[in-house]
Amino acid sequence: MKKIKVNLTVNGKEFTLEVGPKERLLDTLRERLKLTGVKEGCGIGECGACTVILNGEAVNSCLVLTGQLDGSEVITVEGLEVEGRLDPLQQAFIDHHAVQCGFCTPGMLMSARALLDKNPHPNREEIKRAIEGNLCRCTGYQQIIEAIESVAGKGEEEGADYFEWDPD
Amino acid sequence: MSFNKVNKSVKRIDAYEKVTGRAKYGADLKFAGMLYGKVLRTKYPHARILKIDIKKALEYPGVEAVLTARDVPNNQFGVIIRNQQVLAGKETFYIGDGVAVVAARTEEAAERALELIEVKYQELPGIYDPEEAMKEDADRVHKELPGNQVIHHPLRKGDIEEGFARADVILEREYTTQFVEHSYLEPEVVIAVPHEQNSLVTIYGSVQNPYATQNAVASVLQVELSRVRVIQNHLGGSFGGKDEVISSMAARAALLALKTNRPVKMVNSRDESILESYKRHPYRMKYKVGATREGKLVAMEIKAVADSGAYACQTPFVTWRSVVQATGPYEVPHVKTDTYGYYTNNIYTGAMRGYGSPQVIFAQESLMDELATELGMDPLELRLQNIYHNNSITASGQRLDNHKVSLKEVILKAVEASNYREKYAEYNKSQSGDKKRGIGMAISFRGCSLGAEAVDAAAAIIHIQKDGSLDLYSGLAENGQGLKTIFAQIAAEELGIDLDRINFMEVDTSIIPDSGSTVASRSTLIGGNAVRNAARKVKAIIAEFIEEEYGDEFGFKAKDLIFKDNRIYVAEGKDVGDIKEIISFKEMAGKAYNAGVLLSAYGWYKAPEISWDEETGQGNPYFTYVYGCQIAEVEVDTGTGEIEVLKMTAAHDVGRAINPANVKGQIYGGVMMGLGYAIMEELETEEGYIRNTNFDGYLIPTVRDMPEIIPVIVENPDPVGPYGAKSIGEPTLELGSAAIANAVFQATGRRIRSLPLNLERVLIGHSLSKGGNR
Repeated sequence: MKKIKVNLTVNGKEFTLEVGPKERLLDTLRERLKLTGVKEGCGIGECGACTVILNGEAVNSCLVLTGQLDGSEVITVEGLEVEGRLDPLQQAFIDHHAVQCGFCTPGMLMSARALLDKNPHPNREEIKRAIEGNLCRCTGYQQIIEAIESVAGKGEEEGADYFEWDPD
Repeated sequence: MSFNKVNKSVKRIDAYEKVTGRAKYGADLKFAGMLYGKVLRTKYPHARILKIDIKKALEYPGVEAVLTARDVPNNQFGVIIRNQQVLAGKETFYIGDGVAVVAARTEEAAERALELIEVKYQELPGIYDPEEAMKEDADRVHKELPGNQVIHHPLRKGDIEEGFARADVILEREYTTQFVEHSYLEPEVVIAVPHEQNSLVTIYGSVQNPYATQNAVASVLQVELSRVRVIQNHLGGSFGGKDEVISSMAARAALLALKTNRPVKMVNSRDESILESYKRHPYRMKYKVGATREGKLVAMEIKAVADSGAYACQTPFVTWRSVVQATGPYEVPHVKTDTYGYYTNNIYTGAMRGYGSPQVIFAQESLMDELATELGMDPLELRLQNIYHNNSITASGQRLDNHKVSLKEVILKAVEASNYREKYAEYNKSQSGDKKRGIGMAISFRGCSLGAEAVDAAAAIIHIQKDGSLDLYSGLAENGQGLKTIFAQIAAEELGIDLDRINFMEVDTSIIPDSGSTVASRSTLIGGNAVRNAARKVKAIIAEFIEEEYGDEFGFKAKDLIFKDNRIYVAEGKDVGDIKEIISFKEMAGKAYNAGVLLSAYGWYKAPEISWDEETGQGNPYFTYVYGCQIAEVEVDTGTGEIEVLKMTAAHDVGRAINPANVKGQIYGGVMMGLGYAIMEELETEEGYIRNTNFDGYLIPTVRDMPEIIPVIVENPDPVGPYGAKSIGEPTLELGSAAIANAVFQATGRRIRSLPLNLERVLIGHSLSKGGNR
């Protein structure tokens, strides 16, 4: 099968990959790049466990073919932590008991991060819209929303570290 | 009573790994030389297997092994009744039965090989309705058994005839519930590694109950238990679901691993998971209740039939819990219940959070509201007239006298927090427009831990390193519920150290004794006591050592020592709280090590005695109970049948909240799972086939379905529980469906007696699919 050459930036690092035309971004991340924080829950884009940020948008990586991503930038949960410092959202998930089994957590964090990158002060309705594609069976979503709100409620100054962070 | 580490909302000790993506779940593991295993499943729910030809599959490049039932040393396993087959040999009993397994160098090769296995089936008629299975002349699902009955639990209290003779009002109603999928976000995974560190086979993966899996694998392989080692990994949810299905998967992977002498990884896709894994039992329940005009219950007669599907699995125990809870938390002098499980060719059913209680609570708490309507009473007042108090006698004849029966307190707290009385009155008035509101409640008592199901004991190990850091092992497993944190809090409380000095080890069956399964909301209660016992043993050793070293110098005895803030103190002076430091915990550990003192201990805890008479259903089935009340407020669009749950108030007596934030997390999650059970979730089956095998067809609640949830934690410490703690995991989801159904009735005047309360049932009174249960 013909391979496709793709240049991809993942969590700030550049990769040149040769992939088959059917390879899903999810598999590229998990199998090739060993970024196993990205989870597979359903394989059809319904559960959101595989959510990553692709060129600024939260996407289900099980629905995206890597072969189409030349020149793209991907951020996974592993890319949220910078030089040992947690993203404010990660810290908030810890502080607000937003984690139980943890399987939805990486995808949930990426959906929330994509939202805050565009809209640093979303209201509860906007938060719900951002994570409505992320299923969680443990938490009932309440403490996840509280965690995101705690970051969303903060002034630009406090969140500034992240927002100015350029992975390149 | 004041605490340093328990009764506090400390952060989860496993949260950091989970928010950073470092936490390794089964699917994230890889081993050198690892192969990928895949299962070929039957084409028909019920069929005779005439021939299996694996030749072409074996020849496919990359394929290392293809196994069928012939290769299974002992093909039957099960926790209670051993009749589940690892691989179907002669006959398939349900649509998820495996027929062959393949191990190959890539997943693709394994999948391709499945297509090359030629199986000749003779399709057979099946039984897909327990009512059919019950008939005298019904075909037998398992030919070697005398009939289709898995179990019958009778319960007899008082004289049912006399009871109904005294009733002014008698109601007879029938209720049904559906198949429900656990929907843990992580599909099942197992990796079997052969000949690793002296064990014959080591199993890693998403294992809820390591000992059950170890037992099953050893039994299937026909080897001794110590040859099979099970090590748990981070588990992406379970809710009772990763038990027998994992045992089966582990046995298959182990067979492939031993055949090929290479590690074998098996990962289910979501479709495979839903197709094969057991579900929550559907029940059909006939309730007859008699009451006086004043609203005093006098008699209750119940017949409940559970669909066990193809295998016994946990049906005998699931239905047993139903027996104990079937009449609800009400004093009823005359009771007759008969609870049955029957084999069919449907997907098999087993443990799921709630475990036989959500079904009977839906029926009995709907019935209480129907009775209130019949009597012209407020449903709350009818309940308050009949609920259990201290010294009440339950349907199984148990006097509730060894713990605080807090039901009234719990109900009144929920009533207050939900503003129930005002809203009930308001929604009773006529409402204009298409959207109508209603409020409804449900209450329960729930036996803690296993009860008379099985031996109820657990182990813990505390191992203090010479720098004062600590390894904590438990025989019960983290499923996501927060067990690691709770147990670490208990160890930290006893030893006076910080949680960050505690390293919680995953369950390893070769290290820690069989502690039974992580089920029945028993972990905090049983496992927590085991951890406390281990900690107290080590603490006694330390205290004795410190006395020997410093007792004369400072003039104290071992019993005077105070362990806190990572230090060891003695009381000094007259004022309470005046203390003097003797030594830091860290320094103590080094000294003890150098003095040759063992700073490790096993803790063991066995639950108090219980009793049960299978013939009469009488005895003391559980040693303690928890009490809960949930109140639902809904808005129903009478034009579309759509229900919006606006608010759920959930009051639960947990004895003592070891970690209140964690208890709230259990409540939020359980309420949402209960909401899914109530209004949206249903595994659709037709003649044994399953229609919805992924989350596009099987819908679980999203953040959009979330109501306002008000958790109310009630604390009445139990004499047995660690620091008084009891249970919270399961009580949270058993109440929602009845509370919501009762609220929908108030809003619409339509009483729906079948779950889920979907659009059709709300709008036209019956389901448009599946025979249209009303």
